[in-house]
Amino acid sequence: MIEFNLKKQLFSADGLMELQVDVQIEAHSFVTIYGKSGSGKTSILRMLAGLMHPDTGYIWVNGKVWLDTKKNIDRSPQKRSIGFLFQDYALFPNMTVRQNLHFALTKGQAPQIIDDLIELVELGDLQHRKPNMLSGGQKQRVALARSLVQRPKILMLDEPLSALDVDMQYKLQQYILCLHYEYELTTILISHDLAEIIKMSDYVLALEQGRITKRGQPAEIFTNQKAINGGCEFVGKIIDINQQGVMFVLTILIGTDSVQVIADKDEIHQFRPGDTVFVGLTSFNPVLRKIDL
Amino acid sequence: MIDWEPLVLTFKLAGITTIILLIISIPLAYWLTRTQSYFKTVIETLVSMPLVLPPTVLGFYLLVLFSPSNKFGQWIDNWLGLRLVFSFHGLVIASTIYSLPFMVHSIQSGLSNLPPSLAEASYILGKSRITTLFKILLPNIKPALLTGTVLSFAHTIGEFGVVLMIGGNIPGKTKVASIFIYDQVESLNYSLANIYSLILFALSFTILLLVYLVNNRRFSRMKV
Repeated sequence: MIEFNLKKQLFSADGLMELQVDVQIEAHSFVTIYGKSGSGKTSILRMLAGLMHPDTGYIWVNGKVWLDTKKNIDRSPQKRSIGFLFQDYALFPNMTVRQNLHFALTKGQAPQIIDDLIELVELGDLQHRKPNMLSGGQKQRVALARSLVQRPKILMLDEPLSALDVDMQYKLQQYILCLHYEYELTTILISHDLAEIIKMSDYVLALEQGRITKRGQPAEIFTNQKAINGGCEFVGKIIDINQQGVMFVLTILIGTDSVQVIADKDEIHQFRPGDTVFVGLTSFNPVLRKIDL
Repeated sequence: MIDWEPLVLTFKLAGITTIILLIISIPLAYWLTRTQSYFKTVIETLVSMPLVLPPTVLGFYLLVLFSPSNKFGQWIDNWLGLRLVFSFHGLVIASTIYSLPFMVHSIQSGLSNLPPSLAEASYILGKSRITTLFKILLPNIKPALLTGTVLSFAHTIGEFGVVLMIGGNIPGKTKVASIFIYDQVESLNYSLANIYSLILFALSFTILLLVYLVNNRRFSRMKV
């Protein structure tokens, strides 16, 4: 269980902004902080990691105090034992993949975990390369593996996939989910990619101008309705609407695949090509709901 | 026959000065890149002063400061047994101050060009600041360290005004190559002055050429 209440004055593009958040996160859950750039997402993550200091507030993790400005407690990043994935990967350029992971070992820790992790993220062939000889996706896999060498209980991901192409994003999402379950992590992700959020997270915090405006399960947050029970759910983009007789055929891009969905006259007026939609599968035809961004 | 003594003395002075500079500039530059203290600007200004100050001014004040007729000079003389005027020790101290900006600026710009996430990633992995500095930061600014080292070394070889003021012209102690050349010109011994000048010219050219070769190669490898 992670509980925090943080306040900080931030200088954003639109001038001074007050970040003020109060959050509880269940252990082993996958939480996404969602919001526009400049809304304070990264600042929250950096404060949790101890890389930034709030003006006032507290952070409790599993009953332990990491930060309490009233009592003047502020654990250094070294003593918070978390995993953190930076947007720019932050791999050490002077070390090979394997050395990067090796550097992360704590004193006296058995190096077996390095082999396990290298295998899990399929880096065996690349382990003796330096980071500048790797692609973006490979770098991020190394960074992911490195952040888990010390077996942290909490993993923080700062828009880890935004610089990668769609295929690579999809692959890395699988790795992250796999590691999330394998190592029983509590994961906090920053993302503004809806498909990613809905695929990955149990709980979403929507942040606007430093305040949390919505919180809940992804389906509730983005469609204002309860999740469809027991069905399949996807997020996609309408790329074409084509009238065929009395029915309309919508072509929707989900990930890299397109699907065709039928809609009738009464519901078609709310959709336009380019809209992001929720595709839920019930017994008959997929159900479409517009997503409020 | 060439008297090698001034040249040997010059390189001894440059070598010792560069080692001392490396030792003091790493912590100083590291502090300057991290601190938000009010003193930062003052310290930065002081470090850069030798760049704009005439070397004779620096030499003059050091001469006054180290002189045994002055309290500080007396104290050093009595307590440390060091006479800093007209001695090799004095030259080392003066050269260190004189070449300080070359080393500090190189290391400082190397450190501040590194993405901040490198150090942060290391802290999150539980590593101390010292470990991070020596295992992560310094190994990744090797070109800057090399540039600083070579510039300080070359600059010390080339100094004249400071050395003349505080060291004078004592053979084997303070008569470095640049002073020796000046001495020869004064006594109209142009051919000897020319030989020493050529040697200094060739050495400086070679050293700088090597640095640029190494740094350019490293850079082009990193661009891939």
